[in-house]
Amino acid sequence: MAEFDVIVIGGGPAGTNAALAAASAGLKVALIDEHPAPVTLPLAEHTVTSLFSHAVWSVSGEYRIDAVGPDGPLHCMARALIVASGATVRTVPFEGWTLPGVIDLATAAKRLAGQGTLPGRSSLVVGCGPWLAAVAANTIDAGGRVEAIVDLAGAADSVHARPAKDSRPDLRVQQLNWWRTIRRAGTRRYGRWTIVRAEPAGESLCATLARCDGGGRTIDAPRITLIADCIVVGHGFIPATEITALLRARHGYSRAAGGWIAITDEDGRTSRALLYCAGDAAGIVGADAAASHGTLVGLTCALDLTAAGSVPLERRIDAARREHERGAHLARAMANLMTLRSGHVDGIPVDTIVCRCEDVRRGDIDAASAAGAQDMNQLKAWTRCGMGLCQGRLCGDIAGELLMRRVGAGSRETVGWFTARTPFRPVSIDVLTGDFRYEDIVIPNAAPL
Amino acid sequence: MGCTTALFLARGGMRVALVEKDALCRAASGVNAGTLTLHMTRAALIPYAMRAVQMWMETDRWLGLSVLSTMAPGLSLAFTEAERELLQQRAMARRKFGAPIDLLERDAALAIEPGLNRSVLAAAFCANDGFTSAYLTGRAYHSALRAAEVRIFERTAVTRIDRLNGHYRVYGPENSAAQVRIEAKRLVMAGGVWLEPLCAMLDVAIPVKTLVNQLIVTEKLPPIMQSVLSIANGLLSMKQFANGTVLIGGGWQGVGDRMRGPVETVPQNLIGNLRLARHVIPALRLARVARIWLGLESETADGMPMIGALPGRDDAWVIGCVHSGYTSGPYMGKLLAQTMLGELTELPLFDPRRLIAGAAA
Repeated sequence: MAEFDVIVIGGGPAGTNAALAAASAGLKVALIDEHPAPVTLPLAEHTVTSLFSHAVWSVSGEYRIDAVGPDGPLHCMARALIVASGATVRTVPFEGWTLPGVIDLATAAKRLAGQGTLPGRSSLVVGCGPWLAAVAANTIDAGGRVEAIVDLAGAADSVHARPAKDSRPDLRVQQLNWWRTIRRAGTRRYGRWTIVRAEPAGESLCATLARCDGGGRTIDAPRITLIADCIVVGHGFIPATEITALLRARHGYSRAAGGWIAITDEDGRTSRALLYCAGDAAGIVGADAAASHGTLVGLTCALDLTAAGSVPLERRIDAARREHERGAHLARAMANLMTLRSGHVDGIPVDTIVCRCEDVRRGDIDAASAAGAQDMNQLKAWTRCGMGLCQGRLCGDIAGELLMRRVGAGSRETVGWFTARTPFRPVSIDVLTGDFRYEDIVIPNAAPL
Repeated sequence: MGCTTALFLARGGMRVALVEKDALCRAASGVNAGTLTLHMTRAALIPYAMRAVQMWMETDRWLGLSVLSTMAPGLSLAFTEAERELLQQRAMARRKFGAPIDLLERDAALAIEPGLNRSVLAAAFCANDGFTSAYLTGRAYHSALRAAEVRIFERTAVTRIDRLNGHYRVYGPENSAAQVRIEAKRLVMAGGVWLEPLCAMLDVAIPVKTLVNQLIVTEKLPPIMQSVLSIANGLLSMKQFANGTVLIGGGWQGVGDRMRGPVETVPQNLIGNLRLARHVIPALRLARVARIWLGLESETADGMPMIGALPGRDDAWVIGCVHSGYTSGPYMGKLLAQTMLGELTELPLFDPRRLIAGAAA
């Protein structure tokens, strides 16, 4: 068992910067992430203990981390914990969304960046937000064909975000480059359109597209169909709150931030002592702002662990806060393009699967609600929605929206959220139990006769 | 048990309101392992458990919706000589109360459950054990109670109870805009681990312990077992459901209490529980854990139930703290309802008088 001052969970931009910032203030830091180490790792081995390829399955006490890595299970302790677990791509279900060949934006981006492979020879990119253009442009650059980009957002939505974009000319240039690539390839963008059906068409998929209004509700107008090998979907991102929720920090629902988030102060402190949340996990902000938030939160944690306080640290925190605020303005405008649209959820057909792990359809959710289920945990027990291997990460946001509208509540907080459970990721019994002899199992006292 | 009591009272002609701090069957009855076994039932409760298991197997007759009750052979196992001795002792004690439990040698046990670790020495066997999918309990009772015209108040924690003109007045949470107030001639306390604070509202002091049981469920697997398994010391319960998931329990403790509810699991205890499970069914090695959760269990000072009239209070009753309470629950609730309705009952209740703090033994 190893002991640290702080453990950072999540090796993305927020976590990496939080770890570096905390280490630069003299703390003993571990950074842990389920994925293999990125090729360009900015962490100097001597300042941060990095545990890549380690999936955290439990967090408990104040604070104990249990993980499974290439060498089996391990656990470590830390005085403080920074959760930088990122976000999950949201897919608003449509007919056929569980077919092979329909993948989410993050999976497509990972294949393009990590393995340099195309999601399909031809693809259709659907959803909302700036990631659509990024994935489409990267697909084209890698030699793929993008049949179309289908965006819930219309021209009017982007205009609202423009003043914010002007504050970050560098990102604006990046976006212009993506769109130049897309236009040059002759890929068409359908604004204010949405996908309503995917069905097999020989070796490929046939997508039916419909016009929609600003709320994502389809409108009565002629539909079109397009053929592609692969449909890449992303209707925004949902903050990954399972760790902060398990630790019972206070949470609230914020549509603009992407969903349920731990309630934090501007420096990332949650309601629980020495538990922090950084980056997208604290509310969707995107990679750039996540990095600056990570630095801010790492320094804040260091200050809180310095019993006597530290004037130089406070100065660095002030600077980090200003730096983060510069980028966060744009980030929030971008996140606003990706919020869940209630008309979009209303339009999910009755026989469409919402929870793919347990094959729960919208009609099952409606029926449970009609029979008296009023909160998310009741819904889970009555339908198995969210009981599968993903623990509701994929379906919870949509199921919550459906239930809220069914019970006539004005807020998602009324119907609540699936109680967070370990393991965060499915964990092998073989690895957890290891080699043991029956005699050595420490057995508590026998139950009474 | 509160739900069953309410159901049979309503069917007996009473107007019934059911008040629940969270949602029906969410603290214990809907989150336990759903094991129906005589091997883990306390010996003196065997006659009750046998009648209750019968009820679980016939939910279509009295409850309506299914909780996927499944009958399966129940085996309690011994892997050491000490465990074999414990097994014999426990089987004998339960047989005395009528449990049809037989002792089997290794080969006979393996014939019933071929997936067992071949190092098993002996087993106690009960042909009529089984299990339910406990998470469906709330839905089934909800439906039955609504049909019986029981008024259900969920998410309504009782904050105060007054006695007014021969009636009880029950108050809901104070912060809500319109405070819930319900008046009734009779009062039944069925609050599980919260029975201690509930009874205290009537100035009756009965200590109630809170157990925080950890439960583990695997991903869906091909069939690897067909019986309800436990071990001699009672610290493992395991079965595979029709959907392929294997549920592992046995009362290994997590962290929590009455005030905070279930707080967190204890990784060392999870690993201990999983090692027992894997030792019993070696094929579990290849499985992954999908979800772990905690359920609360209430226990009195002597570990026996409290079911009956609350001493010194008119028309106030209490029901709870039944060891293996899910197995016996429906029968216990029915028994209390029958008593309150003035009907003849087959078996005696469990007078709470003995448990009142400071009372003479």
